[in-house]
Amino acid sequence: MSAAAPLLSVRDLRVRIAGSQILQGVSFDAPATGVTVLLGRNGVGKSTTLKAILGLTPAGSQVTGEVLFDGAPLLREPTHQLVRRGLGYVPEDRGIFAGLTVAENLKLAERVPDPDYDTAYGLFPELKQRSRQRAGTLSGGQQQMLALARVLLNPNRLLLVDEPTKGLAPRLVTEVADVVARIAETVPIVLVEQNLGLVRRVGRDAVVLAAGTVAYRGPIGPLLDDEQLTRALLGVGSHGRGRAVRDTGDARAAVDARTAAPVTGDGGGGVRPEAANGQGTAQS
Amino acid sequence: MSTEPVARDLTGAPERPDPAVSPGAAAPPVGDQPDVAAKSVVEQPTGAGRSGEAAPAGAPPGAGGAPGWSVVRRFLPVGVLVLLAALPYTNLHIPVLFDRPLNAPGTLHLIAICLVFGGLALSYDLMFGRTGMLSFGHALYFAAGGYGTAILLAQTTWPLWTVALVAVVGATVLAALLGSIALRTKGIAFAMVTLAFAQIGAIAASRNPGRLTGGEEGLSLDGRRLPEALVGVVNTVNLYWLALAFVALVAFVVHRIDDAPAGRVLAAVRDDDRRVDVLGLSPYRYRLLAFVIAGALASIGGVVYVLLIGGANPGLTASDLTLSLLVMVVLGGPGTRWGPLAGGVVFAYLDHRLTAVGASEAVERLPSVLSGPLSEPLFILGTVFILAVYFFPGGLAGLAHRLGPLQRLLPARVAGGGSGGASGGASGRTPS
Amino acid sequence: MSTFILLLLTGLGLAGLYYLVASGLSLVFGLADVLNFAHGLFLSVGAYATWWAATSLPGAGSEGFGFVLAVAFGVVAGAVIASIVELVLIRPLYRRTIAQVLVTVGLSLAGVALLQAIWGADPRPFPRPAWASKVTMIGGAAVPNSSLLLAASAAVVLAGLLAFLRFTRVGLVIRAGVEDRAMVTALGIDVRKAFTLVFAIGGAAAALAGILAGVQFSVVSPGQGTSLLIFGFIVVVIGGMGSVTGTAWAAAAVGLLQQFVNYYAPGLGDICVVALLAVVLLVRPQGLAGVAGGAHA
Repeated sequence: MSAAAPLLSVRDLRVRIAGSQILQGVSFDAPATGVTVLLGRNGVGKSTTLKAILGLTPAGSQVTGEVLFDGAPLLREPTHQLVRRGLGYVPEDRGIFAGLTVAENLKLAERVPDPDYDTAYGLFPELKQRSRQRAGTLSGGQQQMLALARVLLNPNRLLLVDEPTKGLAPRLVTEVADVVARIAETVPIVLVEQNLGLVRRVGRDAVVLAAGTVAYRGPIGPLLDDEQLTRALLGVGSHGRGRAVRDTGDARAAVDARTAAPVTGDGGGGVRPEAANGQGTAQS
Repeated sequence: MSTEPVARDLTGAPERPDPAVSPGAAAPPVGDQPDVAAKSVVEQPTGAGRSGEAAPAGAPPGAGGAPGWSVVRRFLPVGVLVLLAALPYTNLHIPVLFDRPLNAPGTLHLIAICLVFGGLALSYDLMFGRTGMLSFGHALYFAAGGYGTAILLAQTTWPLWTVALVAVVGATVLAALLGSIALRTKGIAFAMVTLAFAQIGAIAASRNPGRLTGGEEGLSLDGRRLPEALVGVVNTVNLYWLALAFVALVAFVVHRIDDAPAGRVLAAVRDDDRRVDVLGLSPYRYRLLAFVIAGALASIGGVVYVLLIGGANPGLTASDLTLSLLVMVVLGGPGTRWGPLAGGVVFAYLDHRLTAVGASEAVERLPSVLSGPLSEPLFILGTVFILAVYFFPGGLAGLAHRLGPLQRLLPARVAGGGSGGASGGASGRTPS
Repeated sequence: MSTFILLLLTGLGLAGLYYLVASGLSLVFGLADVLNFAHGLFLSVGAYATWWAATSLPGAGSEGFGFVLAVAFGVVAGAVIASIVELVLIRPLYRRTIAQVLVTVGLSLAGVALLQAIWGADPRPFPRPAWASKVTMIGGAAVPNSSLLLAASAAVVLAGLLAFLRFTRVGLVIRAGVEDRAMVTALGIDVRKAFTLVFAIGGAAAALAGILAGVQFSVVSPGQGTSLLIFGFIVVVIGGMGSVTGTAWAAAAVGLLQQFVNYYAPGLGDICVVALLAVVLLVRPQGLAGVAGGAHA
């Protein structure tokens, strides 16, 4: 972890939703530069963590603990106010408004009098071409681009990004990975992601959630290099397939560790070989 | 009644979870849902959903409380019933509450009406508090029983008991029919459909098709068609006992359902019907069951009511009546054992009494700005209701919680559950 | 033929009335998830305010510009009362949907009782300009001017609403909020301000509906809001909550259906409308223009 004061500081975050204690004391820091990756098995509460920080958990849920953003507490503030402090959010389902056009989606996201369309359109020229198109008719990949473009319009100090490559075809996964890497050069990101290739490429620090708390905190490299640790923390094939399949996953992970290229076609967790079903069908 | 342990691992904030839901789901009510909810079908180790942590209201305290009290509790309802049945034999005069002694026909008549509404409110709660269905058309079945009786008495020569039976059966069939259609939707859409169906009834009643319903003025009962025992001021006491029998019936049926496995399924349907689906049960069927039983009970109430007031009128079909039922149930405490009944009785009493108070001299002397609104009972009741939603979402039952001996035996957090909802839900975060 | 034209135009007038009632309900429900039972109250408030203005406000009357002034007064009254209701009663219960519904129920009961206390339960004659009670001959049919007024007003309101939603920033926020309220807050926008505005718009439209209903039926009474409200709900559900155009189509369908059927079989029209509601709900529960599964998850 970096020596400077962390930009985001989560202390003992506990979240209870509809009678289930989802998070039972999550604590981690995100520094002011680089990508902090939230890892963990499906359903462990990674998205819930991001939502709890932002105040977007469902009505009736109980959130306790403390979250400091740039030294000031977040949890008691209404969502729209804390976002204005410089937090950008790219949700798991992208959260774009299907009935609005691309341009309107972007316009809605503007928070400053002089939004940075140059960067947004620079990274995503296709959005400029489609600016009059209804966002609901965009492909999955294009919607993801739109969701990312939105947070680039404003001078955000920290981005919370939830599974940007989910459900995308291999070619698009690479594109999104490129974009995230570019963005990370200037803005720190807290990234929830299952695609270990992307994680290895852009991630600096890892926070692994298991059983509602943090099971591992540390640099990405050593975690992913340790295949046993990775398998233990992030799980093997969620459909419980046989040994042989697992071995294939290990081999592939070893290959990826050597080439450090983004893994394509893997739905989630490099050690898990199932390509198509883990993350849903590939969208173009 | 079983002893349900209070959910054990409630770490986290002390307030109760906010019962607000998205419109698509069936609507759980504001306020405590103690005993019914605590017996949810699937016992989750972390507590039975939103309502699990509140203690059972009717059941003995989970912490293994005073045995003497629990015995008293078990026989209390029967005792009260006997007391009420014996009321006409007393000469007791309760000054502020009633103008005449308790065994006077006027008083008995008023109490009987209150009892009918108590039973009606409890029947409504079978849907609202126990199964989480928000119906805006319950008055339709109440009116069907009442108007059915009045019309059949006027148009046929059948004796009263036959007429009543046919009316109730007819209303029940109507409930089954309309319910099966309406229940294909949920939440707000369901509420709208029930409202629309009830509106048809209201239109039918006031437009007087085929000169059957008597139009705006309603249809009075011809005394000659009724058994002697039910006619005349001197026989008010018989009508009173009839109303009492009705309330006892409703309480018996609803509480039996509460305690049976079906009751737990209803609570599960209310809280989250995916749980019910997973168990292979059909939420639709259970909702329909609750709907039909509630409708049947309401129709019996309708029969008793028209006997009490001597006829049917379009007011029986008004949406205001269903809305009042909702107010009664919420004021009493939805999903609780006796709350809705108490709410109905108190509301009906206040509605009647406040009219009298409003017309009284004391109020007349107030400046017209005050005396005007105060002479309208619904204004006072509506305002009280709004205040109750803010400050007492658990209703009367919630208040009783805080006063009763249970207080000592329960963790302070749960006993205070009645007012927890008012402080803006349970999120540690301020609602944004 | 003239009968057809008469039924068509009076049906459209009725549709206009329902649209004015339903548009506010639809937006409020679509954006804020509030089922506003007190909406009927705004109808009555508008009607009584205009009635009062026409008789007591200097410069206002029942003819010409004075009438316009009285109507404007009534509409503003509706908007103001609606805003106050939202700020004082609804907003503190943010995200507690059931409690909000209950409060509006209590308010509708208390509010109507209050109106009754002030002005009595009996219908009072409603001020209206002379031309409103006349008819215009169109294609051989004697069409009441009040129907034409209703249809025209509703059309103007519809166009205004669509323009507002399309071209203003607040309109953009509302359109997005109807789809996904949480995401709008995640973009740093305080959606609650839009709530109040939407309530105010709904209140204004409802007030106008109450006023024009008074013009058409030439009386005003405390309870007239409630019966119109039920039809408003039906229209909103058929059309799809939150959709301005869906509500318009539904209002047209309901108004025309009711008018045509009632002509040939009095009373049956109302039953047909309810049957239409049932059919729509069984076949397409989200309404004609609604989003499948609801956007309010």
